[in-house]
Amino acid sequence: MVKIIVEVSKYLLLLLMVFFTLETFMVLRRKNEGARRRIMRKQIILLLLFNFSAYLVMFLQSSDVYMLLMYVGVMAYILIVQGLYRLIYRKASLILLNTMCMLLSVGFVIQSRLNITIAVRQLIIVAVSTMISFVIPVIVRKVRLMRDLSWVYAAIGVLLLGAVLVYAQAYGGGKLSLNIFGVTFQFSEFVKITFVFFVAGMLQEVTTFRQVVKVSVVAALHVIILVLSTDLGAALIYFVAYIVMVYVATRKARYAFLGLGALAGASVVAYRLFAHVRVRVSVWQDPLADYQNTGYQIAQALFGICAGGWFGTGLFAGSPENIPLAQEDFTFAAICEEMGILFGLCLILLCMGMYLLIVNIAMKLSKPFYKLIAIGLGTEYAFQVFLTIGASLKFIPMTGVTLPLVSYGGSSVMCTIIMLSIIQGLYILRKDEDEQIEEEKRQKKPKRTGKRNGPPPGGRTGSGGAARPADDLERRIEEQTEKSLNW
Amino acid sequence: MTSKEESKNRRKKVLTGRPYVIVSYLFLALFLGLISYAVYFQVVLRDDYLSSPYNRRQDANEEQVVRGAILASDGTVLARTDVDDEGNETRVYPYDSLFAQVVGYSDYGTSGLESTENYVLLNSHADLTEQLQNDLNGEKNIGDNVVTSLNVTLQQAARDALGDNRGAVFVMEASTGRVLADVSKPDFNPNTVSEDWEELNSEGSGSPFLNRALQGLYPPGSTFKMVTSLAYLRQYGTLDNFSFNCTGEYTQGGFTIHCSGNEAHGQQTFAEAFANSCNCAFAEMATELLNSTALMETAESLHFNESLSMELPSYSSSFKLENAIADGLTMQTAIGQGDTLATPAMMAMIAGAVANDGEMMVPTFVDRVENHTGTWSEESGNQSLGQVMTSGEAAQLKELMKGVIRSGTGTGLSDLPYDIAGKTGTAEYGNTDEENAHSWFVGFSDTGNSDIVVAVVVEDGGYGSTAALPVARAVFQSYFG
Repeated sequence: MVKIIVEVSKYLLLLLMVFFTLETFMVLRRKNEGARRRIMRKQIILLLLFNFSAYLVMFLQSSDVYMLLMYVGVMAYILIVQGLYRLIYRKASLILLNTMCMLLSVGFVIQSRLNITIAVRQLIIVAVSTMISFVIPVIVRKVRLMRDLSWVYAAIGVLLLGAVLVYAQAYGGGKLSLNIFGVTFQFSEFVKITFVFFVAGMLQEVTTFRQVVKVSVVAALHVIILVLSTDLGAALIYFVAYIVMVYVATRKARYAFLGLGALAGASVVAYRLFAHVRVRVSVWQDPLADYQNTGYQIAQALFGICAGGWFGTGLFAGSPENIPLAQEDFTFAAICEEMGILFGLCLILLCMGMYLLIVNIAMKLSKPFYKLIAIGLGTEYAFQVFLTIGASLKFIPMTGVTLPLVSYGGSSVMCTIIMLSIIQGLYILRKDEDEQIEEEKRQKKPKRTGKRNGPPPGGRTGSGGAARPADDLERRIEEQTEKSLNW
Repeated sequence: MTSKEESKNRRKKVLTGRPYVIVSYLFLALFLGLISYAVYFQVVLRDDYLSSPYNRRQDANEEQVVRGAILASDGTVLARTDVDDEGNETRVYPYDSLFAQVVGYSDYGTSGLESTENYVLLNSHADLTEQLQNDLNGEKNIGDNVVTSLNVTLQQAARDALGDNRGAVFVMEASTGRVLADVSKPDFNPNTVSEDWEELNSEGSGSPFLNRALQGLYPPGSTFKMVTSLAYLRQYGTLDNFSFNCTGEYTQGGFTIHCSGNEAHGQQTFAEAFANSCNCAFAEMATELLNSTALMETAESLHFNESLSMELPSYSSSFKLENAIADGLTMQTAIGQGDTLATPAMMAMIAGAVANDGEMMVPTFVDRVENHTGTWSEESGNQSLGQVMTSGEAAQLKELMKGVIRSGTGTGLSDLPYDIAGKTGTAEYGNTDEENAHSWFVGFSDTGNSDIVVAVVVEDGGYGSTAALPVARAVFQSYFG
């Protein structure tokens, strides 16, 4: 009987995921506010149903009471976060929030399947991170100083990465994290954020060649430290984010090509220089050639994906525990094994939807600094997804990064949540601007007479025309912030 | 004024927006790449990983599914699982060692089709109502059956003919590549493989697990003259202008090559040289007449040096002729010695292409997969490597090979009441001392209707016609009755 429930549930979970993904994309297209709200309400129902059926099946299969506890915990998390966002940040992007909740839910389900203790720990980390991240949109909106701290970000980034490198070299290579109060911190995750802030701060106004060179030197420093501490995945993510940000800031394609050329060159050098890079490439070419040693991980991941087929084996009906690092680097393979490759495709699409939402926000922002931050963080997110899923499928060589929000990893999930709340902060800024513009339009006619009477007091000359509305805007944004904050 | 400013702003916005659009499209391409690759993996690459001997995932299915049977093409059971009243399962191989390597074993690990078809055997396409009922009663479902192309009578005849010799017999349908017999000696009894394990793996056991037809790498000996002849034909377009006066030995670049038994064949046309397997003529051809890259190009056009993906594990045949200046090695290579190594299956594929108007077929073992009641089935289909030679070239080679049977080294088959085309071979190995030689025959029937290709290697069988020819004869006789 249980077998039949498992069998039915795997199609149900897939169906729920398909609907959810479709609706994320529909929101991207819909302009009508009412329709969008309806879709988002529907998504929450899908989300709750998804969790209900997944944990029901897992409880039936494992008879583990912790499954029920986990279910209650995840439910509470989703409902509280959704409620709080509606209370505190009425202007936040709810679709971004829904997508985040779905990705987290998928993560919780596969973590619970693999190891319930770890899943509980992950839930606690996520809950704490989310609570912390609630202040971030306020900071983004109020602290304008943020824009002028480029060199501070650079210093923090290089110091933190350097500390890890020194520590790792002293205590045996390959250890990419520091253990503080029992929680392992992967600094390369946090520095991802400061790195984007640094580049954005440097290129927000001045995009001369000199400035680009300065940025490049610091970026190279970050990347080199990462490569030396054998964190190739992070090095690649930083590099790609840097290329994209320089390109969109300068609008010069030649920088992008130069960057890509350097990336190719660096890859060749790394291949020649480091044995572990060569191992990863040869494993990628044929994982079965050295199955017993180096090929084992990826081969098991591929066996898992194969065993699942289109629809998966059903929860607790496969053996994803055979995949090494199933909870971290190869989560995608574990998901495909039990929930099917079609579910995996939806997951890819959902991550793509997340990226599009972020780019959408980036394009509609008006200040270069915020635009750059949004595109930078979005790029890091998207490229990390590409690296980890690509590696699980043997599409590209393995670089050892996790699937954001889905994989287990304290600092990874915490940083992704912080990144997303920064994006939320930017989205709220944009909404403020929109309202501002509308208000201006409404007031245009009565205002026009005032405008003709020469420059207003305090208005700067030269760039005055542009600067004055900006100041005005900022003041209004502050007002809006006060208004929209109910606390 | 304002509208002008607005449009200016808009243009500026579009201009600043363009890089964002480009970047987002590039990333969309990355995501779509992932999706397409995932689908490609699922559709194309999945089978490779499912049938990998390292993949033990399906073992978990053994708790839910009774392993399916492996059948011969007429439905005769080659491997089945018996379940007693207490639910104990035993894997039974009714023919003991007859299909040892090709069907394989599934105790103490798996091999052969038991290994590569593991996924199929442990999954069930039984009727849904039946599966539902089994699920409700907590009973196991019955796995799917693999119907092979193997022919029990032919397999038995081939093995009897090989006797106690070590070696391989490989028989496939010329036009489809369906394998009818795949014998490899020494062999083992899959029913008792776990009891015999130590003995089977001991030194001197002669690697009984090796499927010599697919994994045995032998020097092809004179059977390689099919390739050398094709190289000559491609360079000169005709065989008519060739003639050679054989004195029993031929010296070039300080290296001397002999015809078998130092026999002097006298004045030879191409067809005579091929029929008599005149080493000297082919040695001259390779050193004096052929371009230095001709042999390499021809061998590779016939898929030497390439790992061919077959349903069972196989080794790739290798052709090497790096230093074409060394006459000794060139001459050796032209007559199938040198560094060339070929599996019986590879030589059968070449002969098959000759029989098949130039189209090379990959040997296949599985005809179809069906559920245990036969209400559902999935055909496997044939696998072609395309036209590896023109039909004109194939026709000329076929004539040469018929000459071997009519008046050459293969006259031992000339009394059969149908046309046979073939090539014998003696593959010296180790010391070039006559004692150490494998006996080869590769050939096919030419009746125009359901013809078969036969490749025989008898290890240490000595000169071509003595050991391998009678085996081939037994196979043809068994097949054509």
